[in-house]
Amino acid sequence: MMSSSIWPEEQKEAITEMTQFFSFIRKEFYHVFRDSKTLLMLFGLPIAQILLFGFALSNEIKDSRIVISDLSRDEGSRKVIEKLSASEHFIVTRSDLSPREIEAAFKKGDIKLAVLFPARFGEDLQHLGSASIQVIGDASDPNTSNTLITYLTGIVQDFQSQNRRSPGSAPLINVETRMLYNPELKGSTNYVPGVLALVLMLVCVLMTSVSIVREKEMGTMEVLLVSPLNPVLLVISKAVPYFALSLVNLAVILILSSTLLDMPLHGSLVLLVALSSLFILTCLAVGLLISNSTGSQQMAMLISLMGMLIPTMLFTGFMFPLENMPWALRAISNIIPSKWYYIIVKSIMIKGLGFSAIWKESLILFIMMLALMAISFKRFKVRLT
Amino acid sequence: MRTLIFLLKKEFRQIFRNKALLPVIFVMPIIQLLILPLAADYEIKNISIGIVDHDRSTVSRDLINRIVGSGYFRLVDYNASFDQAFKKIESDKADLILEIPTRFSASIGAGDPQKLFLAVNAINGTKANLGAAYLSSIIQQLGSDLILEKQLSSGSAFSSINVVSSNWFNPTMNYAFFMVPGILALLVTMVGAYLCALNIVKEKEIGTIEQINVTPIRKHHFILGKLLPFWIIGIVVFTIGLFVVGYGVYGIVPQGNILVLYACVALYLIALLGLGLLISTYSETQQQAMSVTFFFMMIFLLMSGLFTPIESMPEWSQWIAKSNPVTYFIEVIRMNVLKGSGFSDIKLHVGVMVFFAIFFNSWAILNYRKTS
Repeated sequence: MMSSSIWPEEQKEAITEMTQFFSFIRKEFYHVFRDSKTLLMLFGLPIAQILLFGFALSNEIKDSRIVISDLSRDEGSRKVIEKLSASEHFIVTRSDLSPREIEAAFKKGDIKLAVLFPARFGEDLQHLGSASIQVIGDASDPNTSNTLITYLTGIVQDFQSQNRRSPGSAPLINVETRMLYNPELKGSTNYVPGVLALVLMLVCVLMTSVSIVREKEMGTMEVLLVSPLNPVLLVISKAVPYFALSLVNLAVILILSSTLLDMPLHGSLVLLVALSSLFILTCLAVGLLISNSTGSQQMAMLISLMGMLIPTMLFTGFMFPLENMPWALRAISNIIPSKWYYIIVKSIMIKGLGFSAIWKESLILFIMMLALMAISFKRFKVRLT
Repeated sequence: MRTLIFLLKKEFRQIFRNKALLPVIFVMPIIQLLILPLAADYEIKNISIGIVDHDRSTVSRDLINRIVGSGYFRLVDYNASFDQAFKKIESDKADLILEIPTRFSASIGAGDPQKLFLAVNAINGTKANLGAAYLSSIIQQLGSDLILEKQLSSGSAFSSINVVSSNWFNPTMNYAFFMVPGILALLVTMVGAYLCALNIVKEKEIGTIEQINVTPIRKHHFILGKLLPFWIIGIVVFTIGLFVVGYGVYGIVPQGNILVLYACVALYLIALLGLGLLISTYSETQQQAMSVTFFFMMIFLLMSGLFTPIESMPEWSQWIAKSNPVTYFIEVIRMNVLKGSGFSDIKLHVGVMVFFAIFFNSWAILNYRKTS
């Protein structure tokens, strides 16, 4: 033998296999970093999402434009209108429109609510003991309309009970409210764990499946498969860069949310990272499964988008309340990994709970991960045709 | 013209031969239209409440009956200790806990003001706020009823204001009526921008674009040949969504002029296809095109008022929303379908969409090169 190697033959093989494996991983990293537009997606998207969800989006309804039509113009109506104008929920835009003008304003989308005081409102109130205010809501957006009418009714009720009470007396029942976990009622507390799940899902499922299918579509998969590297390691080497990038994304999101959005991290960081890795592995398994089941990038994308991303947005519970859904959809939500991850992140970051509180969710994720990995490796074919 | 017809034939053949993609284009939107409106229900109801009742009197029972009877709350826990009830909040089983102290009814009977304690899981701020507001108003109502009872027995009367509300354009307050048109807009957007961008880049990536580039096919022929099929598919998807799902399943009858509606869809699709074309001129691979499209779509859709109201955004993001073509289309489609708004109501929207159509398309055409 020419080579007087100090390594036994078997070990040497293992070492060459490892170097091959690492050079494949390096190749994948090159692919990712050379493509600046894909990098925009990988790192621009999480940042944009944190900013949008943190600062721009909110379900709160305020500053709604309303019109008031006051036919009575007396002391009684004037006082109620003052109350309404003072509320932060409403901006009183124009007043005294005719019914026809009101309809036109609704159709133009200028106003959300019209409030009408009938003639003799104050007189009726004083002499007959009761008077009505008519409120018309734009129920093409039923939720906003409903909420605004609730607010308005509340303001009128308040106004009345203030009048009713003899001055100086306190209301009979006080409610002392404590807002737990999020005393300022910020939207970001709810959104950040959801964005985390969404971004990790996106990077892992979409990017992994597309990058593997791409090799199939371009024909380079053939070249890779005839290389001496074990095909299973080949697929793993495809997934490793996205695993690493996901961890970077996790760090970016956590840093942004704690510096920009003042999000707390009450629980253990180690636990959060560990369980996030579990979630990332689950997503990678989904990505591998998709790439094994399709031959074109367009299909892989559409399946990832429609089959994984939209369900993630819908069924995780951070954008839409799960408890309002019909039972069939709630049942479906149980098979979405991000639902469980969302609960885990909320529990660790915001509630500061330990592993004992979330072992069930973690176990579910773990089982999902194992099952998905098993299926996708079983379906993996060494030959393309 | 002949060239264009040949190109269109080629495109449609490619699309219809692709047995995998076709169901995705037509079936997925229908599934989405069926599921999304059911899922995207923001209404705050079914709030889970735990009540810790240390009093157990007629008054506290009256209060609990009122809370459960209001329809907003679901009683999930009753009469445990506060610590036990708090466990329910930690495990997300309860959204709020109301604690009624001992001697609650006794001190009310004596006319002493009483305090109730309310602990709210505020991770979802909106839900917490509205839940607490609903509950407070129920409690206030109980309080004023109790006062009223006393005053009635003492013989003094008070005036009252009734709020009579009516809901226009959607009297049954059906949330799907609001969501379905919005989701139709989302589907048209996705079909338009995505498929168009990906389709052109696919030719680039595979290399077949070179073959087209060396033929005498003119630049505008090629572009029209690529845009027209997706323009038609977009309109077909919209029609299926509006009539088969919107009317057939949800019973939504467009209130406005259907021609105006279709004119707007056609116009919007031109703008969107222009965006897809623009992205494809800047991308080399499908992965790039997808990444860039997804990046912009995500921002466009989130900032369009589809899921969250634009008025509640801070000013800077309202500006983003206002420079976003999707916003205008979603508004138009909701106004036309639900309120029957006519052309004069949406002049501004149409103007903006015309601007975007010209802007995206001319930028894309300027940037498109037959030679690489």
